[in-house]
Amino acid sequence: MTSSAIVGVAESDLGVTNKSILALQAQAITRALADAGLSLTDVDGIATSGVSRFSATQVADYLGVQPAWSDSTFAGGSAYEMYVARAAQAIEAGQASVVVVSFASNQRSAKSRRLGGLVESHTPEAQFEAPYGPLYPISYYAMAAQRYMHEYNASPADLAQVAILARDWALKNPKAYRYGSQPLTVDDVLGSTMVSTPLTAADCCLVTDGGGAVVITSLERARDLRPDPIRILGYGEATTNTSMSQVPLLPTGARESGQRAFAAAGLVPADVDVIQLYDSFTITVLLSLEALGFCAPGEASSFVSSAETRLGGRQPLNTSGGGLSYCHPGQYGVLLLVEAVRQLRGEAGERQVDQPSIALAHGTGGILSTHATVLLGVDG
Amino acid sequence: MIENLAPVPDEVTQEWWDATREKRLLLQSCNSCQHAQHYPRTVCVSCGASDLEWIPSAGNGVVDSYTVVHRAPHPDLETPYVIARIRLDDGPTLLSRIVDFDEAVLACDLRVSLKWQDIPGGYRLPVFRLDHQ
Repeated sequence: MTSSAIVGVAESDLGVTNKSILALQAQAITRALADAGLSLTDVDGIATSGVSRFSATQVADYLGVQPAWSDSTFAGGSAYEMYVARAAQAIEAGQASVVVVSFASNQRSAKSRRLGGLVESHTPEAQFEAPYGPLYPISYYAMAAQRYMHEYNASPADLAQVAILARDWALKNPKAYRYGSQPLTVDDVLGSTMVSTPLTAADCCLVTDGGGAVVITSLERARDLRPDPIRILGYGEATTNTSMSQVPLLPTGARESGQRAFAAAGLVPADVDVIQLYDSFTITVLLSLEALGFCAPGEASSFVSSAETRLGGRQPLNTSGGGLSYCHPGQYGVLLLVEAVRQLRGEAGERQVDQPSIALAHGTGGILSTHATVLLGVDG
Repeated sequence: MIENLAPVPDEVTQEWWDATREKRLLLQSCNSCQHAQHYPRTVCVSCGASDLEWIPSAGNGVVDSYTVVHRAPHPDLETPYVIARIRLDDGPTLLSRIVDFDEAVLACDLRVSLKWQDIPGGYRLPVFRLDHQ
């Protein structure tokens, strides 16, 4: 249990914005501060990445802020769950009082995404893996999926359940990229363009613009700012690999990350009322559900396809529509936190879960490289 | 393979790449704990010692996992091709390709053997072929 709280959340514009990265960052941050009843002059901590080499510094410069504390840990989509942990520590240590955690990307407008990823020539991967031509990150997740299917006698139809669920939720979220489209079927997913077996295009997250921001302060100050601060109950993380060959595919580092977060919060998976998992690919969700302890190994697909993960179920899952059907700006982790907070505050509209008191947000970065878990709860 | 992704050896990996010219697959073995590792580096990832020597691998192993790539990351790559993690009998796992493949037969845990593929610059890439297909 920490003595810090989330007091403001917001999305930037999403989808196809034709806006610059820093304009989207500023939009998300100022909206989240307004949500918190704060302004830029209150900010003394900034955590962000994906802007430039000096990401936090760049955003601070753009906003005219000279922060007392900053963090640009680069951990892909899980960085934002890590930033929540570091922000809570900085606030408790007295190093900062109001921290903004943010991310934004214009990758769809800018057409900046590459199937092979970015190979850095001085790394071992550049010598020993890139010459074979793997898709990055898709081929690694594809190999994890293939191994998963082999060990648990699962099929591509089991993976498809994750995409079907995401679409069902997105149809309830007016901000979702796929809002207003049709429900997905197993045949839709299996019949989509094959990318890297067993993953089809429908097993892969969207490529969109978008961003978000989260404002963190002490619980004491948060209670003065609004009646419904969201407490940071616990966090944990694990870092496992950058290459495609050095660690077993299963289970992932989500196991250690989750164990650390649940231990810190004094909670168990059954205590969680609403689950937000990084869904870079359908397989990511099955692996994370099992590693975090929500399902026994091999049983995640039947959980996902059940009523338990839907509105009225025991543990609704990825209620925004996720990276698969709502928004995936390249590093989706901050938007997991935004949705978790909205659900706990009761602000999720048509997709609102019935009075949840505890939410889990779990980010995954790189090629199952970095894993970070945050447990959030209503106050009182 | 991709010309602009041809390997550029460094002082630690030069000997490994030189051995590929003679179709020899090298691994590193730790003289303190006998752990075998690949890719080459300056420390043993098992015990932290830095006294490492090169040992030859017979190049036999199993398919840890694989994926058939249908959309190439570069226009000069012809699809489909198979990216695989090969778990060598010697211990280490390496990323590679399975060549001459029959997709209907491909599966995890099948046995494979080493083949060599020429790449620009005179080096060779270790690739693998299913033992029975």
